[in-house]
Amino acid sequence: MGTIPQEHYEPKEGTTSKWINDRLPIMGMIDHLQKFPTPKNLNYAYVFGGILVLFLVIQIVTGITLAMHYRVGETASFASVEHIMRDVNYGWLLRYAHANGASFFFIAVYAHIFRGLYYGSYKAPREILWIIGVLIFVVMMATAFMGYVLPWGQMSFWGAKVITSLFGAIPLVGESLKEWLWGGPYVGEATLNRMFSLHYLLPFVIAGLTVLHIWALHHVGNTNPTGVEVRKESIETVKKDTVPFTPFYVTKDLFAILVFMIAFAFFVYFAPNYLGHPDNYIEANPLATPAHIVPEWYFLPFYAVLRAITFDFLWIIPAKLGGVIAMFGAIAVLAFAPWLDTSNVRSTTYRPIYRWWFLVLVIDFFVLMWAGGQPAEGIVPLVSLLATIYWFAHFLIVLPVVGLIEKPLPRPESIEQAFKDKHDDTDDANPGQSAGVAAQPAE
Amino acid sequence: MMRTPASRLALPLSPPNKGIDMKLSIASALTAALVAFSSAAFAAGGAGKIKDHDFSFDGMFGAYDQAQLQRGFQVYEAVCAGCHGMKHVPFRALADENGPGFSDEAVKAIAANYEVADEEGEPGDTREALPFDYFPTPAVGGNPPDMSLLAKARNGGPDYIYSLLLGYTGEEKESGDSILYENTAYGGYLNMAAPLYGDDVEYADGTEASLEQVSADISAFLMWAAEPKLVERKQAGVWSMTFLILFATLVWFTNRKVWAKVKHPEDHT
Repeated sequence: MGTIPQEHYEPKEGTTSKWINDRLPIMGMIDHLQKFPTPKNLNYAYVFGGILVLFLVIQIVTGITLAMHYRVGETASFASVEHIMRDVNYGWLLRYAHANGASFFFIAVYAHIFRGLYYGSYKAPREILWIIGVLIFVVMMATAFMGYVLPWGQMSFWGAKVITSLFGAIPLVGESLKEWLWGGPYVGEATLNRMFSLHYLLPFVIAGLTVLHIWALHHVGNTNPTGVEVRKESIETVKKDTVPFTPFYVTKDLFAILVFMIAFAFFVYFAPNYLGHPDNYIEANPLATPAHIVPEWYFLPFYAVLRAITFDFLWIIPAKLGGVIAMFGAIAVLAFAPWLDTSNVRSTTYRPIYRWWFLVLVIDFFVLMWAGGQPAEGIVPLVSLLATIYWFAHFLIVLPVVGLIEKPLPRPESIEQAFKDKHDDTDDANPGQSAGVAAQPAE
Repeated sequence: MMRTPASRLALPLSPPNKGIDMKLSIASALTAALVAFSSAAFAAGGAGKIKDHDFSFDGMFGAYDQAQLQRGFQVYEAVCAGCHGMKHVPFRALADENGPGFSDEAVKAIAANYEVADEEGEPGDTREALPFDYFPTPAVGGNPPDMSLLAKARNGGPDYIYSLLLGYTGEEKESGDSILYENTAYGGYLNMAAPLYGDDVEYADGTEASLEQVSADISAFLMWAAEPKLVERKQAGVWSMTFLILFATLVWFTNRKVWAKVKHPEDHT
């Protein structure tokens, strides 16, 4: 199935498994997934993919149940959310899990993206795997945005108005496009209705893209913290570098999932509104603009980019359009990382110069997040602009240039070797067997 | 809509002199409507100073104090209900075990104090409210916010409401035709006069009323109105967290055991 040699599935004669598999090779696929050779040296930065699958399921299950009780309407929506919170059995749990689930979905996706950037997960042969990931991220953002509109509170309404109005900045077709999105001349019930329809649809688009993402992953195999590929010459070499997914990564991912769920549960049960905005508990009122319209926290970095462009660009692109282009560009630039990075070393661990720039990118991300949450006054516009410039410069300048000038550190010759070095050296429990054995090359 | 004594309507809108006449208060309320539509009046607090009051429902094991919710409801009925409705809160909720816990008879009697639209009659007809009805919105001007979710719709929640009620400095200023009142929790001037003075109610449970007491009680009641499932939520949370922590611990040991022979093959040969 993939490029990593793996033992072929051979069901026993006369079993139901064989009968099914001869007609639909689904038993073979399950067997492949279970035994998938996974690098034995993955660290806890690699757990977020599993967490994301779980959160997609949580969001779909809670979301479908909420949709059974939710109603669309300028007054009905807000009231139906309160009906869910007060009268539906465990409705409060469904809604708080869904709302905080979105936040934790984004925490996991940002961790997953930055892990990919640090360990060079986007590099050949994983470009398509990476690009599908960027697409999932974009659809996730659209889904989350539309979901936030549904309770039809003040932030729902004004957020919807601000973001949909952005499309009005597009030359020539902008105004018509905006009205087409709204379903009329203003943001109202027609807008809300289509947001609901699309909010229900898009998670299944994400699910489909996720299948492609995992398919591509199983074809090329995981990266790992060393960036050294699994030796694919034979099943024997593969076995030295990998462990079967079951049970090794089932227990490890499950442990990570549970730790993540503890943090999630803390918010759901003890601080369910901490990540939300109090204004969204006020019904939408088209006549009263909130003092300070802010999106949910997970949009803040890109919202800061949007607001950073306060000047006409190159004299022909008006500021508003420039902001929109910059915002979408800040996401799109991720997709080009595989071709912008000129280094032939995958893992940042062995890149003495780039690792500092990576740190700057992470800080830049949080600076943008901070700036996006502040009123656009004082030093904030300047900070937003500088942070936006760095965001683009990181991908368009740092990534190509550092790869050319940097002298990478020596990498381990194999995953097996790296794994052995790590576990023999740090094993205080077996002092007699530590350094002496590990210092020798493996073969 | 509601059988409201004139004094009740006047109360929230009139500062030192509670006997101010109703006409004036409605007139000022109508003008205040204009102010309410300005964005400043909708600002969700933030600029002002908020005291962190020690509520019984704070913390992971916190729960509502039933006697306090009953007192808080008394304050709502006597003062707030004159202007502020609670359209998402049904009367029947007052009987909730984890809420005020009034008896079914008491809830019926409370509901009967309110008039709601009679959907079976002519348009405009009203009838006595029944337990399944919702707290009606009083027909007053000034666009007073609905109180169903107030405790979640402001930064600081019940602490903000408590601080606001105690935050009046006594300073006033005119703005157009209306009077604005300085408040330290609001962080400026707002259009609601100090609604509570401490002698607003005579508590049924004999608790001595003071400004701090009535402010804390109404704040707790409004938190319940906004979040009636808080107690169930925190109880479920304690169980869920306990389960997750135990499960995670077991999985951690399992995982360590599973990996032992890969990490230290020499110990397992």
